[in-house]
Amino acid sequence: MSSTVESLVNKEYKYGFVTDIESDVAPKGLNEDVIRLISAKKQEPEWLLAWRLKAYRGWQKMTEPHHWPNVTYTPVDYQAISYYSAPRTQKPLGSLDEVDPKLLETYTKLGIPLSEQKLLAGVVAVDAIFDSVSVGTTYKAKLAEQGIIFCSFGEAVREHPALVQKYLGSVVPASDNFFAALNAAVFSDGSFVYIPKGIRCPMELSTYFRINTAETGQFERTLIVADEGASVSYLEGCTAPKRDENQLHAAVVELVALDNASIKYSTVQNWYAGDENGRGGIYNFVTKRGKAAANAKISWTQVETGSAITWKYPSVILQGDNSVGEFYSVAVVNGRQQADTGTKMIHIGKNSRSTIVSKGISAGRGQNSYRGLVKVLPKAEGARNYTQCDSMLIGNRCGAHTFPYIDVQNSSSSTEHEASTSKIGEDQIFYLKQRGLNTENAISMVVNGFCKEVFKELPMEFAVEAQKLLGISLEGSVG
Amino acid sequence: MLEIRDLRASAGDKEILRGIDLTVNAGEVHAVMGPNGSGKSTLAQVLAGHPAYVVTGGSVRYRGQDLLDLEPEERAQAGVFLAFQYPVEIPGVTNAYFLRAAYNEIRKARGQDEVDSMDFLDLLEEKLKLVDWEPAIMSRAVNAGFSGGEKKRNEILQMAVLEPRLAILDETDSGLDIDALRIVAAGVNKLRRPDNATIVVTHYQRLLNYIVPDYVHVLSNGRIVKSGGKELALELEARGYEWLEDTVGAAS
Ligand SMILES: Nc1ncnc2c1ncn2[C@@H]1O[C@H](COP(=O)(O)OP(=O)(O)OP(=O)(O)O)[C@@H](O)[C@H]1O
Ligand SMILES: [Mg+2]
Repeated sequence: MSSTVESLVNKEYKYGFVTDIESDVAPKGLNEDVIRLISAKKQEPEWLLAWRLKAYRGWQKMTEPHHWPNVTYTPVDYQAISYYSAPRTQKPLGSLDEVDPKLLETYTKLGIPLSEQKLLAGVVAVDAIFDSVSVGTTYKAKLAEQGIIFCSFGEAVREHPALVQKYLGSVVPASDNFFAALNAAVFSDGSFVYIPKGIRCPMELSTYFRINTAETGQFERTLIVADEGASVSYLEGCTAPKRDENQLHAAVVELVALDNASIKYSTVQNWYAGDENGRGGIYNFVTKRGKAAANAKISWTQVETGSAITWKYPSVILQGDNSVGEFYSVAVVNGRQQADTGTKMIHIGKNSRSTIVSKGISAGRGQNSYRGLVKVLPKAEGARNYTQCDSMLIGNRCGAHTFPYIDVQNSSSSTEHEASTSKIGEDQIFYLKQRGLNTENAISMVVNGFCKEVFKELPMEFAVEAQKLLGISLEGSVG
Repeated sequence: MLEIRDLRASAGDKEILRGIDLTVNAGEVHAVMGPNGSGKSTLAQVLAGHPAYVVTGGSVRYRGQDLLDLEPEERAQAGVFLAFQYPVEIPGVTNAYFLRAAYNEIRKARGQDEVDSMDFLDLLEEKLKLVDWEPAIMSRAVNAGFSGGEKKRNEILQMAVLEPRLAILDETDSGLDIDALRIVAAGVNKLRRPDNATIVVTHYQRLLNYIVPDYVHVLSNGRIVKSGGKELALELEARGYEWLEDTVGAAS
């Protein structure tokens, strides 16, 4: 690779503004009092406070996973973070009209108009999370007609405590790992979805996360339950202001697909990635997991272009017979970004099937690692896995790494693994330029072609968004 | 249209083009022949602006402009088209999408409106006929898994769509079977107009029976050592290149 395909200029981050709004912020630091404060602010029942405190006590005995992920960073000072921040409002919000106009303006800048009539002609319902608090869930009434619950986590705790209590922690226990335990102790809000038996959710459900206040962490928790035969498609998008200090995002997502249900979860993640010297940016340490019962299907699709450091492995426990798990991922690192991401497919049920398609793109000085586990337990007769793991390098200073783990305990099962690493070819770029495309369009075309198998899994409108985002995040990656 | 004067170019430490002079006028077809490694593809790539080559001397004027001053995409937009000796694969990008993007970039550069996909399909249908191809090829990824001959035919299809002013065909005939050769040559001939020009790089006189050149040039060791009319190609076919290399040796 010579002159054309090197040298990096980090693209200005478009969503890096701060909204000037008064917030209720908890004092920095973490202790049982802070947890009690969060729980009290949210008027939570006793059992939930107990659950949080138990998680906290467990977390204190855990150590941060510094060593096995292929990332390096200055350790997080957990006492320097504030664990709760909410836009200050006089009274609880009755409807969207009562949301602070500055907040609505923020979402408009982000391209997410919250006024309901504008919402993509009725195909998407949005829950928006600003710092720690959900500021408005649109289309709630319309969904309620079919018994679908789509609301903030806090509201779900108040209105549907039995459902929350039944499923909270059933897929990602509070003791699961360091960051999941931290989340369980301090999570402040998030989204909750319940789709009743046999119902197909008639629209895409969508959450937008936004970190605004400095020195706060965001610890949202999403719980999606698709009852027997139900189906839903859910999308999350994320942005944060530019700040010099790192901000922690430690979310947990739990998906429960009961018999014959299907959940499709798509993420377009564009958290602030830090500047070209690696200053600032989001630490995205996220636990996402789904549990699929008999004949159920869980599909993760992620397009990750942001964050300074990403540590996440959206996984599926294929518990039921004939259950299906899918993971389609595009992870882009540019500048000084580091990503250690992949999936775990745990085959327990007979004839369970999983598909993993991972596309890693590294540019600048970015480091991209795929880490995936395929585990077939002894009872998983006839289980099948297909893994395809492709890496693309742009320039000479970036890296791509793959860490596949395969653990098969049933001889009637089959696993297939394909991997490739390619450099974006100077010859490919030249060929496209010779046909009249400029360098950026040429790169974008090659990269989009490389990611095609993943993009085709995204809902239509978001596939277009994702392609644009990819173009933006790689802008300037070729000199 | 094209005036090349004393053009010198290197790749790394290696000097490949060692003083090329060539003038191509509108309406003309020039054939460039010469032994393997003599610099034919390098000449084509340098004219198109490949970054692997450094121009160390000389000049190239194209329609009143300094061609060497333009970015590769600007050259393409100005009507320079290179049919590659080794066309490149772009996995995941369909031929139709790619061609429309290229077509629109060139239209934009000429101050014309972009065409939408429906209008483009109509145009494409016409052009596919020119190279006697089925539309199914358009939904496949650019050159990915194409046979050698299909890749070459795809180059000519692209040329037909983009309608260049100066087309440089680098060994488009190698890899084509006899029928395909006829189809491709007929396509090139149909695209010939008094206001465009073609440079055909080839090893074989056979192609020149179909695409009849006005001039034939022999490149050897980075220089044009002989130029003549179409009969020179016949002479080369009969005598090979050795007698010419001897002339070079004697001259220097
Ligand atoms: N990028 C490069 N780096 C180093 N050497 C090169 C490069 N490109 C071409 N060369 C060398 O320059 C010489 C001319 O190559 P070129 O491809 O132009 O020959 P050609 O006349 O097209 O040959 P053929 O008939 O085999 O296609 C060869 O010796 C080749 O190895
Ligand atoms: Mg050649």
